[in-house]
Amino acid sequence: MRTELRLGFFLLLTPLVLWLSLLIIIPHIDMFLVSLRERIGVGKYQLSLANYLTFLEEPLYLWTFLRTALMSIMATLITLVIAFPVSFYIAKMVKGRLQAVLFLLCLVPFWVSELVRTFGWMILLRETGVISNFLQWAGLVSGPVEMLYNDVAIMIGLVYTSMLFMVVPLVTTLESLDDAVIEAGYDLGGSGPSILREIIIPHAMPGIVSGSIVVFMLSLGNYLTPRILGGKDSLWFTELIYSQFIVRFNWELGAAFGFMLLILSSVIVWGMLRLTGQTLEKTMG
Amino acid sequence: MKQTYRRLPLALSVAAVSMIGLTAGAGADTLRLLTWGGYAPENVVAMFESETGHTVEVTLSNNEEMIAKLRATGGSGFDLAQPSQDRIAGPQAEFGIYKPIDLSKIVASQFIPSMLAATKGNTTVGGEVYGLPHIWGTSGLVLDTVKAGMVHDYTDLCLPELTGKVSYRLKRPTLIGFAFAMGMDPFAAYGDETAYKAIMDKVEAKLIACKPVVKTYWSGGDELLGLLRSGEVTAAMAWDTGGWKLNAENPDITFVAPKSGALGWIDTFALPAKGKADAAAYDWINFVMRPEIAAMITESAGNFTASKGADEFASADLKARYQASFPPAAVDNIKWYPPVPAGLEAIEGGVLDRVKAAK
Repeated sequence: MRTELRLGFFLLLTPLVLWLSLLIIIPHIDMFLVSLRERIGVGKYQLSLANYLTFLEEPLYLWTFLRTALMSIMATLITLVIAFPVSFYIAKMVKGRLQAVLFLLCLVPFWVSELVRTFGWMILLRETGVISNFLQWAGLVSGPVEMLYNDVAIMIGLVYTSMLFMVVPLVTTLESLDDAVIEAGYDLGGSGPSILREIIIPHAMPGIVSGSIVVFMLSLGNYLTPRILGGKDSLWFTELIYSQFIVRFNWELGAAFGFMLLILSSVIVWGMLRLTGQTLEKTMG
Repeated sequence: MKQTYRRLPLALSVAAVSMIGLTAGAGADTLRLLTWGGYAPENVVAMFESETGHTVEVTLSNNEEMIAKLRATGGSGFDLAQPSQDRIAGPQAEFGIYKPIDLSKIVASQFIPSMLAATKGNTTVGGEVYGLPHIWGTSGLVLDTVKAGMVHDYTDLCLPELTGKVSYRLKRPTLIGFAFAMGMDPFAAYGDETAYKAIMDKVEAKLIACKPVVKTYWSGGDELLGLLRSGEVTAAMAWDTGGWKLNAENPDITFVAPKSGALGWIDTFALPAKGKADAAAYDWINFVMRPEIAAMITESAGNFTASKGADEFASADLKARYQASFPPAAVDNIKWYPPVPAGLEAIEGGVLDRVKAAK
C-alpha cells in the first residue's frame, strides 16, 4: 500500500519536475555559465566575473534597474488603489448575474493580445489621436497635445495591462469575508474608514500581497509596453537584456543582466514582504 | 442525407489523391528562407514553386535577429538567409554560422559585376566566399520638404526650430551617419578600436545634445511611416524606400541624400551552416536574379537589385523617384558599409544605451 502511494506521488510529481527542470532550472544553469564567460578574442572565452562587474561599475545599468524597479512598484501601488474599490464592489456590493457580468468586463480586455491593447493606447494618446482631437474640438486646447512617449504613458499601459491580475485575487479573498463581520463592526460603533482599516484590509491582505507580487513581477518583466509607449529617455531593464542578446550579440552580458534581474527582483519582493510584516506562507495559506 | 454520405468516400479519395500529389511535390526540397519583408513576394514564390517543384517557407526578420537566430541554433533551421554584406564576415569568424558558397552553382552573369566583386570581397573569410549581393539601398533623410527644407545633413536634425518634429533610430546607422556629418570617417577607424571609440564619444555627446529636439526614437518602419504620414514628424533618418513610399502618397515628403553622403547597404544571400536544402537555395538565387523576376522584387521591396538588366523592367515611377533623390553626384557620394569587425558592437552598444538614458 505504501509503495503504491509513493508511486502515485512520483507519477503525479513528474510533470511538475519535468516542467521545472527542463524549462526553468536547466536553462538557468546554462545562462549562469554563459554569464561567467568573458570574450577575450574572436571566438575565445575565459571564465571571469567581468560581466557582473560591468553591471556594477556602469552607473547607467544600475540606474536603469532602479528606474525600472521604482516604476514597477509605483505601477503596483496604482493598480492596487484602482483595483481595490473595483474588487470590493464586485465582491460585496453586487450579487448574482451583475457580479458575473462585471467580473467578465474586467476580463474582456485580456481576450485580445497585449500588442493590440497597447496599440489601442497609442491611438488614444498620440498627437493626432482621439483624445488630442477631442480636446481641440471641445476648445479646451488650442493645438495638438502629445500624450504619448513619456513615463506617464508607460504607467497607464502597465496599470491597464496588470489590472486583472490584481482584481482576481482581491475578489476571491474579499468574497470569503463574511458580511456579518462588517455588520458587527458597524454595530460596535465602527466608522467606514476604521472598518476598512481594522477588518477589510487585514482580511484581504493575502489577496493584496499575492496580487502585488504578480503585478510587480509582470511590470518588471514587461518589454512591450515600455518600448512602444515609452519616450526617448524611457529605458527599461528588459530592453537592455534584449539589446544585449539580439542587437549586440553580447550573450554573456545579457545573461549576467538576466541573473541580476532575477536576484534583485527576488530581493525586492522579499524586502517588501518583510517591510509589510507579511510572509509568503501566510499569503499562500 | 443519404446523398451526402454517398459522396463522402468520393471526397475522401479526392483528398487522399491530393495528399499524394502534395507529398510528391515535397519530394523536391523545402526551402526555408530567412529574409526581409518584401524580398520574397507571393507572386515570385508561386512562380518559383511551379517552375522548380520546391516549396518555399518565408520567415521575415532583420539583420540582428537573423544572426541571433542562426547563432542560437549553430546555423540550422534555415536554408538561405539574407543578412547585409557588412554583417557576414564578423559573425562568421566569431560564431561560424554560415557555409561557403559554391560559386560554380550560380549564374554569375546575372549579377552586376562590380557589386558581385565588392560583396565577394567583403564576405570572404579564410579564403572562402560567404555572401552574394541581392538587394541594395541606402539610408539617409526622409523629409517633409516644405516644413523641413532647411535639413541638408544628419546634424541638421538637431536644429532647435525642429523641436518635437524629428525622429531617428537608436541604432548603428545613426551613429555612423552623424559621425560622417560631423566630418569624421568612422569606416576608416573600423580597424582601430581606440580611434573608433574616440569618434563614438564625440557622436555620443552630439546625440545627447540633440536629444531635446527628438520627438521619439523610432524602432519599426511602420511606426516611422505613421509618424511622417500624420505630420507628427517632419524630418527623420530612414531608408530610401520609406521616403519613396510616402512620396507616392504625399509629394511633399521624399527621401533626400544627405550632404555627407547616404549610407549604402547591400543585402546578400548567405547559406546557414547547417542548411539542408542547398540545391533549392541555389535554384532560388539563380531564379530571383533573372532580370524580370528581380524587377518584380524591386516592385515589392521598393529597392533595386544587383541583377544585371533588371532596371529596364522597373516601373517608371520608382525610377523617377530614385533619380530625384539621387543626382549623379549623390550616387558617387554613397558611403558603402565595410564589414563590421567583431567587437565594435560592444562600443556602439554602450553609446546607444547612454544616449537613450541621458536626460
